[in-house]
Amino acid sequence: MRKCELRELGRVGYADAFELQQQLVERRKRGEICDQLLFVEHPHVITMGRNGDMRNVLAGDDHLRSSGIEFHKTNRGGDVTYHGPGQIVGYPIFDLREWKRDVVAYVRALEQVIIDALAVFGIGAGRVTDATGVWVDGAKVAAIGVHISRWVTSHGFALNVSTDLQYFQYIVPCGLTKPVTSLRLLGCGASREAVSAAVAEQFSIHFGCEVMEPALMR
Amino acid sequence: MIDVVMPQMGESIVEGTLTKWLKKAGDRVELDEPLFEISTDKVDTEIPAPTAGTLSEVLVQEGATVAIHTVVARIDESGAGGGAAAPAEAPKEAPAPAATAPAPPPAAPAAPPAAPATPSAAAAPPPAPAPAAPPAADETQGPLSPIVRKMAREFNIDLRQVKGTGAGGRITKQDMDSYMAVQGARTVSAASAPGAPAPPPAAPAASAPVASVPSVVPASSAPAPSPSRAEQARTRLEPMSTMRQKIAEHMVMSKNTSVHVTTVHKVDVTKIAKLRDRNKGEFQARYGFGLTFLPFFARAAAEALRVFPVLNASIEGTNIVYHNDINIGIAVALDGGLIVPVIRNADEKTVVGLQRSIVDLASRARSRQLKPDDVTGGTFSITNFGSFGSVFATPVINQPQVAILGVGTVEKQPVVVDGDSIAIRSICYLATTFDHRLIDGALADQFTGKVKSILENWSDEIL
Repeated sequence: MRKCELRELGRVGYADAFELQQQLVERRKRGEICDQLLFVEHPHVITMGRNGDMRNVLAGDDHLRSSGIEFHKTNRGGDVTYHGPGQIVGYPIFDLREWKRDVVAYVRALEQVIIDALAVFGIGAGRVTDATGVWVDGAKVAAIGVHISRWVTSHGFALNVSTDLQYFQYIVPCGLTKPVTSLRLLGCGASREAVSAAVAEQFSIHFGCEVMEPALMR
Repeated sequence: MIDVVMPQMGESIVEGTLTKWLKKAGDRVELDEPLFEISTDKVDTEIPAPTAGTLSEVLVQEGATVAIHTVVARIDESGAGGGAAAPAEAPKEAPAPAATAPAPPPAAPAAPPAAPATPSAAAAPPPAPAPAAPPAADETQGPLSPIVRKMAREFNIDLRQVKGTGAGGRITKQDMDSYMAVQGARTVSAASAPGAPAPPPAAPAASAPVASVPSVVPASSAPAPSPSRAEQARTRLEPMSTMRQKIAEHMVMSKNTSVHVTTVHKVDVTKIAKLRDRNKGEFQARYGFGLTFLPFFARAAAEALRVFPVLNASIEGTNIVYHNDINIGIAVALDGGLIVPVIRNADEKTVVGLQRSIVDLASRARSRQLKPDDVTGGTFSITNFGSFGSVFATPVINQPQVAILGVGTVEKQPVVVDGDSIAIRSICYLATTFDHRLIDGALADQFTGKVKSILENWSDEIL
């Protein structure tokens, strides 16, 4: 079975995580490493996709800085989003040539991974037409934005576990004027570790790979 | 010369948006070097060059959405880069003008260019031979992309009317744009068209692009008419800003939620006008900002809300939620929108404090420096349309609040005072819009009357 290394990296700055992804993407393209699934938590940061609209950032630069929020323009798809403590950010470095060669199918599969992982905790999540992401009762619980280079993926998803949702008020997430939610707000007290484990488990199912910590790999 | 095409990044994908060229026409590119980027849904993809050479032609501009397999560029493998630089600006629109009759009354039956095969030139009167009938093959449009589906839904377009120019006759976003431009133009231009002698049958708008060469091309498989420049100019499509969308949603929601009733009281604010005039100069010098009428209205409203707390309430299901704090939102006009920042505990502030808050919130609203806390938690709102000269208006309630006070412009008027004498007084109209689900007219008038009486009897010389 195809192997995927799971790296739980803890708290990592956005720029550092971005650089790490780029290195891994290059190495993955050269076939030096197998697929990777990175889990990180970012300090407060607002990021803007390539096709984003600055009008969706509602606070000024100075104000963001003084509130301790970083701002980055980045090369993933999608508009603006927020990352911060209490959120599981997942970055799969995954070669789609060995899967389906289909970017839309990839995004739908990421959604399904999260939907099925949340079902483990009794949360009925789903999709909304024309609005990528995972939704619960009209509120977005996970955002998705992906970059692909020569069929190798980077960026990925951000799932709100115990995120302080106040921070989303600085932006119009993904340019949509719809509410955001978190597992905490939905009354689910599951730990970050438990949710990460469920996501990794579902990832292995939907992408047909064995997700393992590097130490356990032969 | 190698064609570079819009790749198919998945089975269901029929088109892609070219978001960025990473090379310019004339640039040298290597095999597999990133050449351009495309965007589909939430995925940005870098597309590598299929061969090494010189990027000789860029055919699709950044921002354009084209069907898969559309040629977006050409690479000259000879390496010489001969004739580069000219980025052949052929926008990928509808195939070509052709066919659908030149509009000017064709007295002269057109030039005689020995048309290859087809006999009937388009300008010929007999409408029967159906040269330009729309290909019936259009019945099957093939799979539709999400964007096309969305546009069809949003603009209520019958997709059977749209000619697809994408792979296998599929409808692309550009087809939709062209169709809408033509439709938008047609309502305006329809009248001018029909008189023309014998417009070719089935040609929708008799105004196909009369290109610089109006020579009659044999009407063979007439492609869809693409809108002429003049037609396109009659309408302009612009997506709403996010703020605009939010305001629109909020306004409709409010009108759908509350039963809006507006009551208007005439208020004599002469005392306040005089007080303000006396203090204006000193106030500006002392505090660094001017003294307006608005803080007086806010002060009076806060006081009246203490007396009539139901106007400071909101409705949750069948419960009335009374708010202990009086947090007054002040509507601030912005370029292309408005926002309602909130003065917390407005009833605990003096006129000076209120004026300071108003100046601070308004300036931060305009420089987009408001914090989330600044715009949440309002329990009542004031809108000062008087500053734009309005005498009175009927404001919309700022949900989930149940009332809003609209302040008209302050004007000097002759009024009857003290029995039968006429005096010049400073007058303004106060409009209270209230939610009749919760507040009855009598109560709303008592409230507005209270605001009026506080303003008219302003005894306080302290600001």
